[in-house]
Amino acid sequence: VTRVVVAGAGSIGSLLAAHLARVADVTVLTRREEHAAALRERGLRVSGRNDFTSSLDATADPGKLPADVELAILACKATDLVPLAASLEGTLAGATMMTIQNGLGAEEIVATHGEWPLLSAVTFMSGTRHGDTHVEYVLDTATWIGPYRDTTESEARRVAELLEAGGLEAEAFPDLRPAQWSKLIFNATVNGVAALTNLPHDFHFAQTADLSDLGHLVRDLVDEGKAVAAAAGVELHDDPWEMNVLATQRGHRHFPSMLEDVEARRPTELELINGALVREAERLGVPGPLQTAVYRLVKAREASYSE
Amino acid sequence: VRVAVIGTGAVGSLFAANLSLLDDVEVWAFDLNELHMAAINRDGLRLSGADDVVGRPHATSNAAELPPCDFGIVATKAMHTEPAIAATAHALADGCVATVQNGLGNEETIARHVERVIRGTTFPAGKLLEPGHVQWEVQGDTTLGPYDERTPFGEVERLADACTRGGMPAHAVADARGPQWRKVIFNASTNPIGALTGLTHGRVCERPDLRALVTGLVDEGKAVAAAQEIELDADPEELIDHAAKREVAYGHKASMLQDVEARRQTEIDYLNGGIVRFGGEYGVPTPLNAAIQALVKGVEASWTQS
Repeated sequence: VTRVVVAGAGSIGSLLAAHLARVADVTVLTRREEHAAALRERGLRVSGRNDFTSSLDATADPGKLPADVELAILACKATDLVPLAASLEGTLAGATMMTIQNGLGAEEIVATHGEWPLLSAVTFMSGTRHGDTHVEYVLDTATWIGPYRDTTESEARRVAELLEAGGLEAEAFPDLRPAQWSKLIFNATVNGVAALTNLPHDFHFAQTADLSDLGHLVRDLVDEGKAVAAAAGVELHDDPWEMNVLATQRGHRHFPSMLEDVEARRPTELELINGALVREAERLGVPGPLQTAVYRLVKAREASYSE
Repeated sequence: VRVAVIGTGAVGSLFAANLSLLDDVEVWAFDLNELHMAAINRDGLRLSGADDVVGRPHATSNAAELPPCDFGIVATKAMHTEPAIAATAHALADGCVATVQNGLGNEETIARHVERVIRGTTFPAGKLLEPGHVQWEVQGDTTLGPYDERTPFGEVERLADACTRGGMPAHAVADARGPQWRKVIFNASTNPIGALTGLTHGRVCERPDLRALVTGLVDEGKAVAAAQEIELDADPEELIDHAAKREVAYGHKASMLQDVEARRQTEIDYLNGGIVRFGGEYGVPTPLNAAIQALVKGVEASWTQS
């Protein structure tokens, strides 16, 4: 049986851990020891799109992770990645690390803390945590995986197959950047606009009937992002505008994490998403005045409650 | 002289109360706030703060009661201009109607109902404390000018003179667009930034990246004004920096931020939306103002979500 570590047990980490535990030997690395204890005692329940309870191992101590782990998925929020990667330094020898954070730059952060082979992933699934041992599987959209450092597409495919065997949707790619950039542009735009307007990702984001409708701004923001991707030499896997339109037609009003963070007055993933895109635009000399404005406004909104 | 003040929130009440102190001016206050109108008819219209005044205008929520007037002063929020002037045009048809509202486009709306329109920009501010009682927070000047050639300049001067004598200093000028655009650019470049971020004016200005965004908005507004050959009477940038000082308005929450916090419809369509509309007419691109307008309208839309 494959031995897997899932580091971070938010909604994405919980969904990954519970599903993988059906087909692999899973240890969850949590931040809090009570969380680890609860998972060891009660297992991890999934409801929603799937319905089952997995038993798995858990610890809050990186030093207590098992030896001979093949795959470690770093599933924390982007804002928690630096301390997590640092805490794993010197552990998990022989494991392949997979990042799944939003935005750009997660792989580079992990790469500076060890020699592990690295896979990149982006995920479009979503879930809602109902406590430490119960996660609701809300959107059963795919997780995309590709090689990053000292890995190949076939290794990405093996992980994708493992996720599918556990009951999730997954796909492997020879190069993840086209998918990663599609999601980056989508997230920078949709999350940023949601965090400023308090609107969940709903029909307003695709509305273009009136000149002042939000859809025009969303499309302009996407166009700026596409110009940055083109300058970076990335051919997008999906058109972020079409992703936006499709998502608003699902009839499900998704609350982007950046909106939830702002409403709960928590730090957001702004820097790794919007910040990354704006910095790429600057580096490549591509104008991005609207993405820059959204980035600055969300950053200021965060400052209004965090200072 | 008979003057009707249309819309007696804080600013309208300042005009109504002060003008009613003059022996040669008869003032009618019109507002849909029936409690405010009843209190004015019973106890007078009291101002406190910058000056303490009790005016005695006639007050009504029934437009049919308004007698024919020499002047109208429209002081509603910009989104209420159309219904307000439609209801009162019968009493104002032979007079001149001034707008002292925020934003762009109020003159055009009024001119669809009456012939002689006066463009106005006013700086005094206050807030309605209770029916019949307004806090006068800020004193300031009013600039009045004819909207087009149908408005006799002598009438503009007559209204400015009455306001000045009543304690609301006003100037009659041939072209009042300069002060209007200066105020609109100031408001459009700062108010929505406060509304979207939750920051006070001073905190917006002390963040260099956000202050640069404000300048981007100001520059678009200036370009649209320049395309119309409007000469601003002051640089909005200087006014913005002045207001950011600790002793001026550092801690001031923009009215639009107050609106958003109270979930009241904002005047965004008449501020940034006005700049975008004129920009479109004169071929001047205004992408940042359009973005800000769309975001604030998104905020408003979020209040009606199920």
